[in-house]
Amino acid sequence: MPSVAAGAEPRPRRKALPADREPIIRLEGASLVYGGPQGVVALMDANLRIDAGELVAVVGPSGCGKSSLLKLVSGLHPARSGSVVVAGRPVTGPLKICGMAFQNAMLLPWRTTIGNVLLPLEIVDSHAARFRRHRAEYEAQARELLATVGLAGFEDKYPWQLSGGMQQRASLCRALIHSPELLLLDEPFASLDPFTREELWDVVQDLWLERRPTVVLVTHDLREAVYLADTVYVISPRPGRVLSRTTIDLPRPRRLADTYKPQFIDVSHALREQIATGARP
Amino acid sequence: MNVLLTRRLLPWSTTVGLLVLWQLVCVVLRVDTFILPSPLEVSRSLVQNTGLIMVNALQTLMTTVAGFALGVAAGMALGLLLGTSRTVYDGLYPVMIGFNSIPKVAIVPVLVIWFGIGTVPAILTAFVTAAFPIVVNVATGLATIEPEWQDVLRVLGARKWQILMKIGIPRALPYFFASLKVAITLAFVGSVVAETVAANAGIGFLMMTASGRFDVPLVFAGLVVVGAMGILMYEVFARLERRLTFWAIRSGDLIT
Repeated sequence: MPSVAAGAEPRPRRKALPADREPIIRLEGASLVYGGPQGVVALMDANLRIDAGELVAVVGPSGCGKSSLLKLVSGLHPARSGSVVVAGRPVTGPLKICGMAFQNAMLLPWRTTIGNVLLPLEIVDSHAARFRRHRAEYEAQARELLATVGLAGFEDKYPWQLSGGMQQRASLCRALIHSPELLLLDEPFASLDPFTREELWDVVQDLWLERRPTVVLVTHDLREAVYLADTVYVISPRPGRVLSRTTIDLPRPRRLADTYKPQFIDVSHALREQIATGARP
Repeated sequence: MNVLLTRRLLPWSTTVGLLVLWQLVCVVLRVDTFILPSPLEVSRSLVQNTGLIMVNALQTLMTTVAGFALGVAAGMALGLLLGTSRTVYDGLYPVMIGFNSIPKVAIVPVLVIWFGIGTVPAILTAFVTAAFPIVVNVATGLATIEPEWQDVLRVLGARKWQILMKIGIPRALPYFFASLKVAITLAFVGSVVAETVAANAGIGFLMMTASGRFDVPLVFAGLVVVGAMGILMYEVFARLERRLTFWAIRSGDLIT
């Protein structure tokens, strides 16, 4: 790939968006149903487009199909109808460009923290072969990443020796280690205390500002959505439909003090209203 | 109080206590040696017949370990198959339950017809007795993997064998080691049972000949030796388990 800029950066920045701005994720009339023909409709007729490098939050009441949206996008679950196109290709099975973090950290208890973080490199095709030969190099990279989320010194501890917040940080590192184009976050902070949660908002924001992956964050926390996202989608209660799309025009980097400013509160309040009206039968 | 020391000593003091109780029952109730020899008589017989017992104990140990090794290999392979394929599981599991319900002593005559009297039937009996718990445990360990863990790998585009290698097998290891402890003791049951019916060496054979000569203390000496070997082998695998799957046994405390 031709490079104009001189000087090597440790991680290549994302290329400038093409002029036609083909979205990296496009859902058209996508529905997801669990079970057979009479199954539960989790998501109905969803339409949305997410641009590359965008940080998008998906909010809605619990059980509204927010997580199902991620299952569609990641290819973990097929759509019943409609189309799901990611990076220009229709999704037919699990993608290989994703990093994903879940509500529970889901670290493997028989691996140390760094072992868990390195796991994707052993799997993802573009890294697996190189990983075996250049393990030390990748390990250094993982240690560096762990240090940026405040886990320096805990690399060789086992997950059960870490607190819930630390496990979630490690889980974020695991989702990021292979520099995925697409980062899917499924309520990753829901089980944490408010202080840790807000701390991790900044971790995510900083990592995103530095690397600029496309992020889809599913959450039921409106403040979290407004704090982190460029665009917020609101989803209705089951069967989930996309109710609205709101652009959050607050300057970055956003800081926790900003969340008490009227502008921030107004945006959160407007979203809250939308969910309230949408929830009305 | 040193809790650790107490825990270490407890098995020994319990054993000594039971032996003392046994001795008291024999002395106080004047039990005939022919019915129940006292621990002192049994240990006398142990000392008198050391050479004979050693030779036969070694034979039993070799037979058991050979059968157990076969059981581990077959049990792992079959467990992997059952745990990863629903078709194999549905098809084979009921057959295995049926097979395991057959008393192992009942298959010894069949083995004798096939292989003649000797070591082979004993090894094979130990093998079939030991394999079952291993199969069931490995299959359970594989079949109960949290789907969320699989998703962690699936989003990365992992293939089925990668999920098996990275999650399935490590996850099944604690189940596997737990089953080894059960399987080794069952292997002793299998080999000794076969030796009592169709062998010309081993503790089982020794006990049968001793009982034919009404040498009841020697019969009991044989029982004691088998029990001791069982404890020893169990301990070997318990240590192996603690070393290799320490992450699954984090606290030494039982639920109280």
